[in-house]
Amino acid sequence: MADDWKPQILGIICNWCSYAGADLAGSARTQYPPDIRIVRIMCTGRVDPLFILKAFTDGADGVLVSGCHFGDCHYLAGNFKGAKRMFMVKSLLKNIGLEDKRLRMTFVSASEGAKWAVVVADVVKTVTDLGPSPLKEFTR
Amino acid sequence: MQAALDLANAGIKTYLIEKSPSIGGRMSQLDKTFPTLDCSQCILTPKMVDVGRNPNIELMTYTDVEEVEGYIGNFDVTLRKKARGVLSMAEAEAMGISGGGCNGCGDCEPVCPVIKPNPFEMNMKPRKAIYIYHPQVVPLLYTVDFDSCIKCNLCVDVCGDKKAIDLEMKDELVKVKVGTAILALGYDMFPIEKKDEWGYMKYENVVNSLEFERLICASGPTGGHLVRPSDGETPKRVAFLLCAGSRDNTGVGKPYCSRFCCMYSLKHAHQIYEKIPGVQSYLFYMDIRSFGKMYEEFYYRIQDEGAKFIRGRVANILEDPETKNLIIMADDTLLDRPMKLEVDMVVLAAAVQPSWDTDRTRKLFGVSCSLDGWLLEAHPKLNPSGTTTAGVYVAGVCQGPKDIPDVVSSAEGAASAASIPIHMGEVELEPYFAQCIEEKCAGCGMCVNLCPYQALSLVEKEGRKIMEVVEAKCKGCGTCGGFCPGGAIWMQHFATPQIVAQIDAFLLGGAK
Repeated sequence: MADDWKPQILGIICNWCSYAGADLAGSARTQYPPDIRIVRIMCTGRVDPLFILKAFTDGADGVLVSGCHFGDCHYLAGNFKGAKRMFMVKSLLKNIGLEDKRLRMTFVSASEGAKWAVVVADVVKTVTDLGPSPLKEFTR
Repeated sequence: MQAALDLANAGIKTYLIEKSPSIGGRMSQLDKTFPTLDCSQCILTPKMVDVGRNPNIELMTYTDVEEVEGYIGNFDVTLRKKARGVLSMAEAEAMGISGGGCNGCGDCEPVCPVIKPNPFEMNMKPRKAIYIYHPQVVPLLYTVDFDSCIKCNLCVDVCGDKKAIDLEMKDELVKVKVGTAILALGYDMFPIEKKDEWGYMKYENVVNSLEFERLICASGPTGGHLVRPSDGETPKRVAFLLCAGSRDNTGVGKPYCSRFCCMYSLKHAHQIYEKIPGVQSYLFYMDIRSFGKMYEEFYYRIQDEGAKFIRGRVANILEDPETKNLIIMADDTLLDRPMKLEVDMVVLAAAVQPSWDTDRTRKLFGVSCSLDGWLLEAHPKLNPSGTTTAGVYVAGVCQGPKDIPDVVSSAEGAASAASIPIHMGEVELEPYFAQCIEEKCAGCGMCVNLCPYQALSLVEKEGRKIMEVVEAKCKGCGTCGGFCPGGAIWMQHFATPQIVAQIDAFLLGGAK
């Protein structure tokens, strides 16, 4: 592994809590690793397992799904439904021989800009320790 | 109440649903209001009468919300009119009993043989099984407490020709159609006995602030004479414990500030100086939060009246078993030394919490709540009255602790917000909603159960079942789209091809 390798991490985060939290982290000039790219969705309930699998087949080294805290969902319970799906995707990843730590679901509220930075740093560290995704070589 | 009045005065037909037998809420239990020291009933009851007489308000007391269906502009609300056992004059008229119905004469109450504690008086006064909630109820109607009524029919006999009492009355379901709804669900006192170091419910002379309010109220159980519950003596030394259960991070109490306890405790201190010559009050506080207009001045006034302020939390209260006096162990953080103080009576300014029915009601309307259980507004600054459900608004303490002026202004805010869609006659929707790709839909119906807003349903079309979206109900969360096994749901602006294109752009296209 080259020393200058940086992971590619996809963040799929909800509009109401984590996106606002990430926004707060930005406007507060909180520093965190720049290895994550964010796709905004309205709710983590929207996360189709397809998105995660597509990211991994495209060669992503990690995926972070982040939404509201349980009980705080803007859409009442979308995050519960999203979280349930994440367990399913995690076991799927295990079955195909990919470390399930590459997929993480967290809960960051709109007021937790500092927590967002901590979460991203932690995800980047986890994925960096795991190394590049073994699926990378199959991407076109 | 204020919201209903405002809406009614704006010419909008308003249903006011109240679960207790009378409108008025907690304020009707209070003696005086800070900082003006207005008599609470004197400023409240004219408003209650206004509500009762307004032709645009249909007042439904002793009624619960049972079921809510529909969406902004088209809510179908099913109400449960609890069996009151008493007919109003209008109801009696409708049943053909001319000149009948309850006129509030009160003849039934003395003959009733059942005696129960009166919750309005914080259980410090007896009440009969047929009762009025308090002397100034609106509507002026007696209520039968069917849990304790023994059906002896004495009240029916004494009521005579008015035929107002029907002990066989059953709950009744009523449906109303409304365009918008305002939730004003109020609060309950935090059960302060959970903080057992202060001995509430253990020592007779430790009372909570609402009980104190009844004890000092001229229409209360003691006729306004403040007495110790243990022996009926007038207390000479009274301690007030502020932040009792509020701002408490031990996990027992509530982490938030209940906001109005500082001010009402100052008012309590003033009231005992007014009523008992030579009394000494002690206020144990963390910070005095006199945040409102004329509040800080009120604080200075109480200081000048001789109240002693001790900054520090009370660690423990002990009771002298003979005199029933209370010994307070506290830490005076300004002098940085522990202290011990003997008093005759302790008043706990207990925290407030959402009323017991808040959680059930909010779920009916699809309103979310914060971790403390208070209802969540759409945005604390940009949309403080609205909720995440279009057409449902919040007002009052159910949104978070507020004092009376703030409650009234939040009610006016909610009324204005709730009247806008009604006057406009149409609403603008966010462009985010689900659409069904009919040729892909297999009609499995999984999405129908997932939708938190009941926006989806299965309909027959061209001989097969497919899903249909009510766009006005859909909020665009996408939970259905994330699940659909056939990929048959197109989420406007967050469609699968759009999101996949973003993922591809990051991982395959963009700069590494």
